[in-house]
Amino acid sequence: MTGKTSENYNVNYLRYVKTQDPPTKHFKNCLAAFGVGGLICCIGQFIRYLLEYAGLSGDELAGSTSVILIFLGCLLTGFGVYDRIGRYAGAGSIVPITGFANSVTSPAIEFKTEGWIYGMAAKMFTVAGAIIVFGVCSGVIVGIIYYFL
Amino acid sequence: MSKFGNTLFFENPPVIASFASVCGSKEKQGAIGAFADVALDDDMYGESTYEKAECKMLTKAISVAIEKGGFEERDIDVLISGDLLNQIISAGFAARDYPFPFLGVYSACSTMSESIMLAAMMASSGHISRAIAATGSHFASAERQYRYPLELGCTRPPQSQWTVTGAGATLISSAGDGVKITCATMGRVCDYGVTDVNNMGAAMAPVSAIITP
Repeated sequence: MTGKTSENYNVNYLRYVKTQDPPTKHFKNCLAAFGVGGLICCIGQFIRYLLEYAGLSGDELAGSTSVILIFLGCLLTGFGVYDRIGRYAGAGSIVPITGFANSVTSPAIEFKTEGWIYGMAAKMFTVAGAIIVFGVCSGVIVGIIYYFL
Repeated sequence: MSKFGNTLFFENPPVIASFASVCGSKEKQGAIGAFADVALDDDMYGESTYEKAECKMLTKAISVAIEKGGFEERDIDVLISGDLLNQIISAGFAARDYPFPFLGVYSACSTMSESIMLAAMMASSGHISRAIAATGSHFASAERQYRYPLELGCTRPPQSQWTVTGAGATLISSAGDGVKITCATMGRVCDYGVTDVNNMGAAMAPVSAIITP
């Protein structure tokens, strides 16, 4: 009656578990994600205008804006603020580039206790590794398609 | 000792001669905080890592259990203990501080009941006179072991449960006063296919319903 041999039993139980779960507040979550995500983007745009004012343009401008946002994401993670924002904002703080910075920095901080090489450096990409692998792979595939078009 | 189904009945019921518990700051705020022997305000327990804190909590629970029962370390015949980390390191390192032998067990959330059962079996059969069954866990070390880093800004679903920060130890004696352990049921593994890592309760609940007494 247990295990994967009795599919029906599992399905019934899993359906029951789902009815017992407290409901996720989708509307509230979407609103928080929209607000915080939008705010991060506004900050990004503000930095972009500042850099443009300082005389940067083109790739330099886009790169510098991303680097500053990544730095801010890492810094806030180090101060233990970013996970609090994340708990409230959900996708709003995961989707922007600061979320990616957070996913690299947080394991680095966490695994520092296991040493600098085998801990921090080796485990740094436990969360972001998948994003990098599939990002690079899809980049290569799109590049090949683009080459033949 | 007789066996009916998966339940063992002890002819010479051992007793729980003493017990102790240590709990973390979140647990201290809750209902169980008032009953813990040591309630911590600092989840690090003055250590540099969560794993060391977990180990220290376990050591503290074992020491307090021995002390509360009016025993000494040389009265204990064996320590049966385990925790949630790789190679049950917290229990292993905690056992390093004691002169008695150590048997490591691992069965996730049922580590405590498994160690109590094994200790009761040994005490009931007359092989030992006193054993300590203990276990400990830490929210932060378990999160890192099984789920995501603490600083990662991911949301926890409303049904997610927390691993307790705390440790407990019971001193089981073959004779004396205290609560008697008359029987113990061995559990089996029951997988209903719950894949949500945050919903540990739903994964564990079915076994209590279908368990054979």
